Amino acid sequence: MNYKGKAHKVGEHIDTDAIIPARFLVTTDSKKLGENCMSGLEPDWAKRVKVGDIMVAGRNFGCGSSREHAPIAILGAGMPVVIGHSFARIFYRNSFNMGLLLMEVGDEVDKINDGDELEIDAATGVIRNLTNGEEITCPPLPASMAKILDKGGLVEYVKERIA
Amino acid sequence: MAQTLAQKILQAHTDEAVEQDGQIVQCRVSMVLANDITGPLAIKSFYGMGAKKVFDRNKIALVMDHFTPQKDIDSANQVLISRKFAQEQGIVHYYGGGDCGVEHTLLPEQGLVGPGDLVIGADSHTCTYGGIGAFATGMGSTDIAAGMALGETWLKVPPTIRVNIRGNMPKWLRGKDLMLMLIGAIGVDGALYKALEFGGPVVDDLSVEGRLSMANMAIEAGGKVGLFAVDAKTRAYCAEHKRPGVLENMAADPGAHYDRVVEIDVTGKEPVVACPHIPSNVKPVSEVRNTAVQQVVIGSCTNGRISDMRDAAEILRGRKVDKNVRCIVLPSTPTVWKQCLKEGLIETFMEAGCIVGPCTCGPCLGGHMGILGDGERAVATTNRNFRGRMGSLNSEVYLASPLVAAATAVTGFVAGPDQL
Repeated sequence: MNYKGKAHKVGEHIDTDAIIPARFLVTTDSKKLGENCMSGLEPDWAKRVKVGDIMVAGRNFGCGSSREHAPIAILGAGMPVVIGHSFARIFYRNSFNMGLLLMEVGDEVDKINDGDELEIDAATGVIRNLTNGEEITCPPLPASMAKILDKGGLVEYVKERIA
Repeated sequence: MAQTLAQKILQAHTDEAVEQDGQIVQCRVSMVLANDITGPLAIKSFYGMGAKKVFDRNKIALVMDHFTPQKDIDSANQVLISRKFAQEQGIVHYYGGGDCGVEHTLLPEQGLVGPGDLVIGADSHTCTYGGIGAFATGMGSTDIAAGMALGETWLKVPPTIRVNIRGNMPKWLRGKDLMLMLIGAIGVDGALYKALEFGGPVVDDLSVEGRLSMANMAIEAGGKVGLFAVDAKTRAYCAEHKRPGVLENMAADPGAHYDRVVEIDVTGKEPVVACPHIPSNVKPVSEVRNTAVQQVVIGSCTNGRISDMRDAAEILRGRKVDKNVRCIVLPSTPTVWKQCLKEGLIETFMEAGCIVGPCTCGPCLGGHMGILGDGERAVATTNRNFRGRMGSLNSEVYLASPLVAAATAVTGFVAGPDQL
């Protein structure tokens, strides 16, 4: 898969309450959750996002709650990928289960600035920064995560096992 | 191979040889948990997977504790989904009415989790059960759906950080202070993807409730689990709580490999608070003592047990809550509530001017029953102080033990019990 979009950069230790505050957890609707994505950081944050844009985060993105509503909100806002320095454990697993691609790149994330145009080749893990010409390569996914992502998430993956 | 506690418990739940950290193993689960927020998503995924029957109707717990009693139509409708599922599947451990309490206090209390168990829950604080020697970890709803369908899950064997706590435990220090000190020392991602294993003389002397409260916040250091060895205290706790038959002590093998060892000496330490907006921003109470607060919350899965209620009552007895503070006390299960009533603690709280409420997670996550307005500040015995966690984006939450929270309620400023 290839993705192309504008980088929306956020800081370190962005928690799941910032991604989707508790008051919105009375629904599982991805559109409604998407409209309120990152509203714990800044109201109306999601309004600046175009479908296909890419979230770029600092250290420990997604820390806190186990709420799967967090990756659903990011997908619901139109963002198929999060590039991060590192990710919190539960959020990492949830994202792949929901079909949201996470790319863990460590300090290399500093080569991306807010607003940069990015092009991603998910198969090779190459992130091309079209604005400043930098290139980052994300280490390959563990085989088990890649398998789940290939199926489009855990639901489809388990479906095959049950059938 | 000498095994850590985490490796040992995983080994008991898998047919594969647990040989190294980072290895992915398929494990049988002892209990699968979801609540009113995460349950509906899990149920949607469960049916989406084509599953028809849960793997074992005795090994699933559905606890409607977050927005309970339901705060609006949407939250009530979410409970309907879980209740209907429980009825259809014949789920034995469904809690939604007067039997319902905060899940992580309720499950150990009801003997539904125990030493050596492998528990997965769609709630990040599922790690609480490490306090009684269970490998318990939080996951998202879809992982939980797969667990409900298959009775198993995949887990990466975590590297372990050993935490040794020693020294003379000061009178006003509690498990909460020890855990906040650790998070302050290693940071909110200090145990990312790892297990925390606690030991040392202070931990040996600590009550089981104190251990549960520490294990509860392992996730605030990024940890996968927070584990305590099983000893005579654990066995006594389990025997008292409908879980008899735990006969063996259980600890890490001598010579087990640790990723890192952290030493903490508590001698001469004063109680601490985690200042906004991150749980690692930990300071001694005396450094922030002039900070005015408008709300105090005593309860939650971290500190809503009977020992917490007794601590709060000890401070509040014969004293009054400051006029500018709303002090909310939420015993975390019906059993805790009844015990408070029996011991006269409810009367103590009421006499002091507290609001005594139902067994709910409400205020901890800014759900309901204690939301902060613009510019308001709270001291809470809960586990997270993220920006906007308890309400307005312009509010602040300080985390502390029930002793500190109660003392703060009396003075109206962040205070330790020795300042009264």
